[in-house]
Amino acid sequence: MDWIAVGVTLKLAALTTAALAAIGLPLAYWLATTRRAWRPLVDAAVAVPLLLPPTVLGFYLLMSTGPDTLAGRVYARVAGGTLPFSFAGVWLASVLYNLPFAVRPFAAGFAAIDRRLLEAARCLGASPVRTFATVVLPLSWPAVLAGLVLAFAHTVGEFGVVLMVGGNIPGVTRTIALAIYDDVQALDYGAAHEASALLLVFAVCVLALTYTLQRRTPAV
Amino acid sequence: MRAALALALAAGLLGAGQARPPAVVRVAAAADLKFALDEIAVRLSRRDPPIRVDATYGSSGSMHAQLRQRAPFDVYLSADIGYPRDLVARGIGSSRDLFTYATGRLVVWVPAGSTLPIERDGVRALEGARRIAIANPRHAPYGRAAEAVLRSAGLWAHVRPRLVMAENVAQAAQFGQSGAADAAIIARSLAVNPALRAGRLLDVDPGTHPPVIQGGLILPWTGSRAAAETFRDYLLSAEGRDLLAEYGFGPAGD
Repeated sequence: MDWIAVGVTLKLAALTTAALAAIGLPLAYWLATTRRAWRPLVDAAVAVPLLLPPTVLGFYLLMSTGPDTLAGRVYARVAGGTLPFSFAGVWLASVLYNLPFAVRPFAAGFAAIDRRLLEAARCLGASPVRTFATVVLPLSWPAVLAGLVLAFAHTVGEFGVVLMVGGNIPGVTRTIALAIYDDVQALDYGAAHEASALLLVFAVCVLALTYTLQRRTPAV
Repeated sequence: MRAALALALAAGLLGAGQARPPAVVRVAAAADLKFALDEIAVRLSRRDPPIRVDATYGSSGSMHAQLRQRAPFDVYLSADIGYPRDLVARGIGSSRDLFTYATGRLVVWVPAGSTLPIERDGVRALEGARRIAIANPRHAPYGRAAEAVLRSAGLWAHVRPRLVMAENVAQAAQFGQSGAADAAIIARSLAVNPALRAGRLLDVDPGTHPPVIQGGLILPWTGSRAAAETFRDYLLSAEGRDLLAEYGFGPAGD
């Protein structure tokens, strides 16, 4: 088993999930509560990775963040490196690519909350942040947890984007999915079997957990 | 406070002196080097001071595309000298750091039980193959060589709809080995793998394709130039050349 690749995978999945919690929760809350006319556009932008081949996102990221692009030059000035083929680059790609896997369950959970409860909280003087923390989250935590678990698991299983943006560099961007690809090409079927079985068991466990969470609705 | 800091620093230095971490050379390598480079990595890790080789394999063309975006490697080992030359022409690296290290050879590989008469008919036996795996000629030097071999045999138009294009030549070998394709045109250096020894081989006449001149480049942004040069020098040394020859590579011929 390539434990270095397992480490890279877990680090990438954990950081991606953290970023999606930070960006995804407010975004999902906005999507679930707003009545703006351009909401469908934002919905579409969030969901588009579900339909887009990973190569499209990978290609655009490579083209827009390479060393000769404006974004690439700014990043080099600030961070002293290039985004493609670095861990940070894969992280960025991963956050974008997993946005729907976190935001859609979040938003579905938030939308299911009775709006009158939110309005009551606001009328009683609670700030939006306090309303979110004391009313919304306690009522929707299974959906939030399901979104986080799905995003984590989907990052673990990612392949195309990581290969294209990350370049399969050992210890940096070679995740377990890429290690399997390498093992198969090296005809090392033993190693490929081990890692594949691990991912299969992991995926089944994650889905079982997600379905358990989805059946669960907190008592109101 | 300051004394404690000095003590900690001294301890750190002492610790560093005791077990020096090996210098790391990150290699972007053509897929035909897969098994040979593993062996080279083992030998270099036993040297004093040791060098750790971290290799990433792919088609030479996709590596070239990554390096144009400044992918963080120290050395590029291409299966086709044209790619590193192109990098130098683009201002990436110096012609002094350009080198040739081997000539690639091709084989036709079929499973042991295949009915394709490669021993009797040579490359023309592929006329009867249902699926032939080759590396993608668009970005893999061995794919281009395989295309030339098929053209020389007058088979290109006939077998074209039956070609299975692999990302790189190691994947083409895997397609053959797994039985997904019933023949593969691959690098001889891959056919030495135990899993492929179970098949039958036909050495392709080098006159039927342009020579696969394998070249490399030390990349200008390397952070460990000394180790990268040691790696290159080893590859070009008598021992390195012997090892490459064992894996079926021809001499660099320069």
